[in-house]
Amino acid sequence: MADTLVAPADIAPDALSAEAPRKSKRLMTLNMGPQHPSTHGVLRIVLELDGETIVSAKPDLGYLHTGIEKEMEVKTWQQAVTLTDRCDYLANLSNNLAYALGVEKMLGLEVPAKAQVTRVMLCELTRINSHLVWLGTHALDMGAMSMFFYCMREREEVLKLFEMFSGQRMMTSYIRIGGLALDHPRGWDKKVKAFVDDFPSKIDQYESLLDNNPIWKQRTIGVGALDVDRMIALGVSGPMIRAAGVPWDVRVDEPYSSYEKFGVRVPTEFTNNDVYDRYRVRMFELRESCRLAKAAMEAMPEGPFQADAPKIVLPDREKMKTQMESLIYHFKIVTEGFTVPAGEVYVPVESPRGEIAYYMVSDGGNKPYRVHMRTPSFGNLQALEALFDRKSIADSIATLGSMDFVLGDTDR
Amino acid sequence: MDNSHIAALGGLVLEASDTLNEATVHVAAEKIIEVLSLLKSRGFNRLSAVSGVDWHPQEPRFELVYNLHALPLKGGKQERIRVKCRVSGAAPEIASAVPVWEGAGWYEREIFDLLGVTFTGHPDMRRLLMPDGWVGHPLRKDFPIHGHKYDYAENK
Repeated sequence: MADTLVAPADIAPDALSAEAPRKSKRLMTLNMGPQHPSTHGVLRIVLELDGETIVSAKPDLGYLHTGIEKEMEVKTWQQAVTLTDRCDYLANLSNNLAYALGVEKMLGLEVPAKAQVTRVMLCELTRINSHLVWLGTHALDMGAMSMFFYCMREREEVLKLFEMFSGQRMMTSYIRIGGLALDHPRGWDKKVKAFVDDFPSKIDQYESLLDNNPIWKQRTIGVGALDVDRMIALGVSGPMIRAAGVPWDVRVDEPYSSYEKFGVRVPTEFTNNDVYDRYRVRMFELRESCRLAKAAMEAMPEGPFQADAPKIVLPDREKMKTQMESLIYHFKIVTEGFTVPAGEVYVPVESPRGEIAYYMVSDGGNKPYRVHMRTPSFGNLQALEALFDRKSIADSIATLGSMDFVLGDTDR
Repeated sequence: MDNSHIAALGGLVLEASDTLNEATVHVAAEKIIEVLSLLKSRGFNRLSAVSGVDWHPQEPRFELVYNLHALPLKGGKQERIRVKCRVSGAAPEIASAVPVWEGAGWYEREIFDLLGVTFTGHPDMRRLLMPDGWVGHPLRKDFPIHGHKYDYAENK
């Protein structure tokens, strides 16, 4: 971190010399990031400080901009799935799902029940994974080091489940257009059951460490509040807006992928709109996600895991080797992909951070014409300037942590 | 789709559609602020996203897409609507939606950065994602996927 003294505009340059009497207060410009550990990724914020008070905060983005949207325009529809989980590296399956739902809507493709319920189960495990990383790092920022180890311990179990399903811990690309990439592995239900049965007791552990911890409470209660209407105008979504007393959840209001069967509960009792209530909302969601994952596991229907659409979904390996038709479909899908009817679509999905939606345009070709990712981190981070305004610099780290953004999701 | 919104917009609507159950209205670029303010007063309190699409070599080239969301704070049904308009490729310019929704700020900066559409009246019209000294707008269809060969010696 480097800091320099700058003069406000109303002082002439020579007035800064040592002899000249100080006419007005000096502001300090403080450069926070992009390598500051508390910015949770490569975010740079230029702070103007008046003593300990933040006068202005200007975020500087783009350090993780990798041109994913441009790259998608040269991939076929199915290939582009692998790019979706590389932007938000903590909510890969939610991103896969948002993309797949959009393309399936344009294709008019019906996904079998087994794939839908698996999607629900895995997206809830994704939420647990993401919230655990948030809780660990957020608590670490405030000096609670052991929380980080406990959270990473349970997160490892979730990642093992992802690896069991897809072969990958993080970049799963498991949700594909038309269903899933692979059928369930053998013995999956026992392993998922072991996790969801054990996890609620772990949440109790976390809460016993934090809920009544005087340092935690002093640093979070009443910190980082903002007017609800302003938050909505800024495009804030997810746990942040729920902690402000707006019970909005895409899973409830616009159910997708059979969420309506599971009766998602939205927390309504935390309305103080401060860092502490954002923590309470996410702890509620950890329990709720665990319950939903369990319910989905128990209600898992039998049947195919992919839609019956030979021109879109890759054929079974055995069929490809023995049936001429399957071999032709396989060759066509791998070489030139499939075409999607011309049109546009915007399907919102509730990611761990809020509303994620892919605005997609097809010109009738085998590649997306344009994909614009409406990512929750982007919308939430935009509120940073307003959240920091006229607040103490000591509170800025708590506020920043409570926003739970992923810079890969913001910059794409 | 709730047709009362279309009726309220009246002559401002050039074309309305309901493909895939997603309400869409096309309007003239000069009327965009009028349309967005009217829809905001009719309950669309959230601007979900602003997207830009390059239809090169068609003219008018750039399409701006405003995805609006009515989020009821005190119960009721939520709703979505999409407002689209086109601006020319020669001098792409449109009024900024920041006075209507503060949250439009970064989306417009992103479009300015990646597609090169200028938003008049925007309080902070700078690049958002690309480096400040970058030349060109990478999401344009005539911008090659591997970028332009950049001569560092010449640009020192």
